[in-house]
Amino acid sequence: MNFIIDALSWACLMLGCFLGISGAIGIFRFDEFYSRAHAASVTDTLCVLFIISGLVLQSGFNLVTVKMIFIVVLLWLTSPVASHALIRSAYQTGLKPKLAITRKESSKRTQS
Amino acid sequence: MILDLYNYWVVIFLMMSGFYTLIASNHLIKKIVGLNIFQSSVFMLYISMGKVAGGTAPIAAEGIDTYSNPLPHVLILTAIVVGIATTSLALALVIRIKESYDTVQENEILELDRISDEETQA
Amino acid sequence: MSAINLLIDIVLLTMLVFTTIAIVRSRSLFAIVMLSGIYSLLSANIFVVLDAVDVAFTEAAVGAGISTVLMLATIGITGYEQKKRRSISRITPLIVVFITGAVLVYGTLDMPAFTNPSNPVHEHVAPRFIEQSPTEVGIPNMVTSVLASYRGYDTMGEVIVVFAALIGVLSLLGIREKKTDPVYTEPPPRPILQVMAKFMIPFIILFALYVQFHGDFGPGGGFQAGVIFSVAIILYTLTFSQQDAMDLVPPWVLKRLAALGVLIYGGTGVVSLLKGGNFLDYNVLAHDPIHGQHYGILIIEFGVGLTVACVMILIFFAFISRGDKNP
Repeated sequence: MNFIIDALSWACLMLGCFLGISGAIGIFRFDEFYSRAHAASVTDTLCVLFIISGLVLQSGFNLVTVKMIFIVVLLWLTSPVASHALIRSAYQTGLKPKLAITRKESSKRTQS
Repeated sequence: MILDLYNYWVVIFLMMSGFYTLIASNHLIKKIVGLNIFQSSVFMLYISMGKVAGGTAPIAAEGIDTYSNPLPHVLILTAIVVGIATTSLALALVIRIKESYDTVQENEILELDRISDEETQA
Repeated sequence: MSAINLLIDIVLLTMLVFTTIAIVRSRSLFAIVMLSGIYSLLSANIFVVLDAVDVAFTEAAVGAGISTVLMLATIGITGYEQKKRRSISRITPLIVVFITGAVLVYGTLDMPAFTNPSNPVHEHVAPRFIEQSPTEVGIPNMVTSVLASYRGYDTMGEVIVVFAALIGVLSLLGIREKKTDPVYTEPPPRPILQVMAKFMIPFIILFALYVQFHGDFGPGGGFQAGVIFSVAIILYTLTFSQQDAMDLVPPWVLKRLAALGVLIYGGTGVVSLLKGGNFLDYNVLAHDPIHGQHYGILIIEFGVGLTVACVMILIFFAFISRGDKNP
């Protein structure tokens, strides 16, 4: 039984770490602001879920578990909103996504 | 040996980077950031000194008899809040400098000062 | 310190070093401010590893929260650009820094090893605080008992310094109320942010109150609670508008409350004087010394929290009201 719980929690932790690291690589490797922000915000929530559930499995059911669930709820609420605010202000200050420009250009080309 | 003193060396590195930023930078806000780095390196030094091997956080609990030293924690806790208060005072001064000189570059401020001095002498 | 803690400590310190290098090398002020926020968060993590939970709490709230917001408000006024300049060479500062650093490193070679329990730091007054404070003061959190009881004078001085900084900022900048300004326009509504902020603010305030009154038993206390409370108001100001926030907490009320906090702290000392004890000697506040200590710590922590919260909110108001004036 212990072994199963340990294995599950390690699997969760590893998956969470993988998601976090892939998000970080995304921030560095993507070439444009919106895809970077997308990489960070999309991996963030699931990464938090997996890491915290791995830790919950390790700790057993007590007060610490409740606190960690609170952390998950808090991060799920704030992290997407923070990404939204960031991208919204970037868009309003005039930064256009690359994809939109290329699509417009391609439609122009097809029309002409 | 290296592990014994690693914390202190990092503290010295941070302190010297803050010091370098303070004296080599031309922009007043960057100088303030350098001062903050210098300040928090001192915090790090104090907290590193307070750590005791095998100790826990200094909150009394059943079955624990080794605690880290609470005294540095108290000093630094208050120092952080005082630090932000004094930093905000420095930033307020920077805003006033910007409003009266229209620049926050140190060499331009000195230049403007020199010009106004010459005008009053002439 | 166990091996894994030492490893975490070393990794975090190395990350701190890289962040510092990035701050020193970067030219964009916006990046510098953001990096200094990251710097504060990393140092808060290091404080947790080094057992200083109260300090980590304060650093996370102050360094990553308020300090970043104030810096951003300032660079919004002064401009983001940092001009290049070649008038002074970088060689002289580098030489000075290297010589000073080398002297300091030479000094550390004589220092006792990190985390050694027999270091001179742990020999002097710390054992007395650790052994006596749970019975003398009667609360488990030694940081709070040292802060509020043994070193009460010191903390009172710190609170007065914070208050004096507020007076300095207000006399330099002042707070401009927007009602009289004819060109003032309402900022556009931001529905997602506003709904989210409305949802979060009660919890932040609840958490601040928990930190305030649970500081005797767990990490926390007046300084942290004040900062967290002011963060709630700052969030409200950022998502709604400055006018809304000033209607909610009018600056003239805040000014009086900030002074009241200092007065509560000093008044507790005077009351203990009148009751026949020393200044800030809480033993005489109640029939039983332990109860007296409890009352005393609760009251002065409340004073500290009130002052810190009001000072932080007022400083923030002063910065942003100045910012909107000079776009």
